[in-house]
Amino acid sequence: MGRIQLKQVKKAFGDVVVIPPLDLVIDDGEFVVFVGPSGCGKSTLLRLIAGLEDTTSGNIEIDGKDATGLPPAKRGLAMVFQSYALYPHMSVRKNIAFPMKMAKMPQEEQEKRIANAAAALNLTDYLDRRPGQLSGGQRQRVAIGRAIVREPAAFLFDEPLSNLDAALRVGMRMEISELHKKLDTTMIYVTHDQVEAMTMADKIVVLRAGVIEQVGSPLELYRAPRNKFVGGFIGSPKMNQLEGPEAAKHGATTIGIRPEHISISKTEGDWQGTVGVAEHLGSDTFMHIHGIPGCDPLTVRAGGEVDVKHGDTVYLTPQLEHLHKFDAQGLRIA
Amino acid sequence: MARAVTNNRKILNTVAAWTIGILIFFPILWTFLTSFKTEATAIADPPVVLFFDWTLQNYTDVMERSNYGLFLWNSIFIAGGSTLLGLIIAIPAAWSMAFVPSRRTKDILLWMLSTKMLPAVGVLYPIYLIFIKLGLLDTKFGLTIVLMLINLPIIVWMLYTYFREIPGEILEASRMDGASLKDELLYVLTPMAVPGIASTLLLNFILAWNEAFWTLNLTAAKAAPLTAFIASYSSPEGLFYAKLSAASTMAIAPILIMGWFSQKQLVRGLTFGAVK
Repeated sequence: MGRIQLKQVKKAFGDVVVIPPLDLVIDDGEFVVFVGPSGCGKSTLLRLIAGLEDTTSGNIEIDGKDATGLPPAKRGLAMVFQSYALYPHMSVRKNIAFPMKMAKMPQEEQEKRIANAAAALNLTDYLDRRPGQLSGGQRQRVAIGRAIVREPAAFLFDEPLSNLDAALRVGMRMEISELHKKLDTTMIYVTHDQVEAMTMADKIVVLRAGVIEQVGSPLELYRAPRNKFVGGFIGSPKMNQLEGPEAAKHGATTIGIRPEHISISKTEGDWQGTVGVAEHLGSDTFMHIHGIPGCDPLTVRAGGEVDVKHGDTVYLTPQLEHLHKFDAQGLRIA
Repeated sequence: MARAVTNNRKILNTVAAWTIGILIFFPILWTFLTSFKTEATAIADPPVVLFFDWTLQNYTDVMERSNYGLFLWNSIFIAGGSTLLGLIIAIPAAWSMAFVPSRRTKDILLWMLSTKMLPAVGVLYPIYLIFIKLGLLDTKFGLTIVLMLINLPIIVWMLYTYFREIPGEILEASRMDGASLKDELLYVLTPMAVPGIASTLLLNFILAWNEAFWTLNLTAAKAAPLTAFIASYSSPEGLFYAKLSAASTMAIAPILIMGWFSQKQLVRGLTFGAVK
């Protein structure tokens, strides 16, 4: 079991309120991702749940029991840190065994769990090495192994992949997703990378300045962002947001249209512009178009076969069914 | 041209380093040489450096007259005991200052160091009286406590510096893993800080071994360490240089040998954190 509920949880450092009172429910077995720009309070929120920071007010319940005042060790949660935080003076085996040693688990059971975790994480050959002798990806797997063996109520991940190179990151992303499917345990994952959020989450919590902007499944957030901020943050490349007369035509202060929802033509269309930079990725082409009133440059995503280059004149047509409308406060107009 | 200048500088640096090194080492060398002279040669004017009749007479005399073994044991007990006791107190203190600092932590550290600026003789009288009242005069235990207190600020300060180099996330990870405060200190922090702790231990052992003010003033015969052993051979008239030198050589030999073998550790520990 691993249902976590935050009730009016607030965190302030001195006079600075980092997280104004906030409510959130994380259901058992859910993969929840906290995402937001740096400094939005997502890591602080995770540390509050972990018990590494004390709440200023409000309650944290784990499986229906109040855990607000409990020390981290008593909460039954396991955490994987960005820096891996392995014990450098212990072998991989001892690192993984450490939480079980602290729990005074019988030796036999410890051995069994180490063997299982090592097999699942491809660490069997490295058990007698020190963390310093491992690569970044292996270290991260050891950190995950150390978390698994405790069979925690929930796993907390604090930007676990940001120290890895791009290729490894994609691989580890899938490994963690698979681990979640296999263990079926609650996972809370903090990242600033919206691609990680989109690909891994059952539920995304978008944070800005300590405030929850929207909670929902990846596709909900993509299809119906509650405000301009979420619209701009979720999706890559970013949603284009146009203001002025173009928006007024649709009865909104701002309209948003994603790069993939704009058709491009060399002969006719609603908007006329000039190609600035065209990035040919093979599978896709990203174009930055200048000269569209209310948004400069406007990003367009087209197929890999599109033949455009710098300076070309193009015509764009937004797909109206994918148009997002926002009012003066930046909130979505239904 | 540039190369020539560099080479000149190199030679200059080498000469300077050797000169300073020899200047520092000279008194010890001179003491060592004098310890093998007869009393007459020892005060000869002009001094004799190497070409004299080497004799072990001074060592035999010193061994006959005093119980070197007892002094040595007292030194080991007092230096070792005060260092270990100091570490037991300083590790948790440095932990809290390094990992849960408050607004006053910096002030406390400075204040602790400032106590080292106080002339020891200023508190001799009260401490002497306390020692009489508690029956601690001329006891190894009493001296161990005093030397521990004298060196505690340095131990805390050194450990604090080493602990600051240890990433806090590792300690947080141990807390998440279910470690109590005791487990965290015992299984995670201390083993990770071993180089720092070792050099702190060595340095404080040396400081306590060489401490002469308190050891001379608070002991008589039973608890007297090697510093008192040396002092017992110094006479106000400056006589018996050779025996004094023999006693001094015997007193500093153990710590010199220890220092020699642990040089690497000592230097590594003292520059820990200074070089990344």
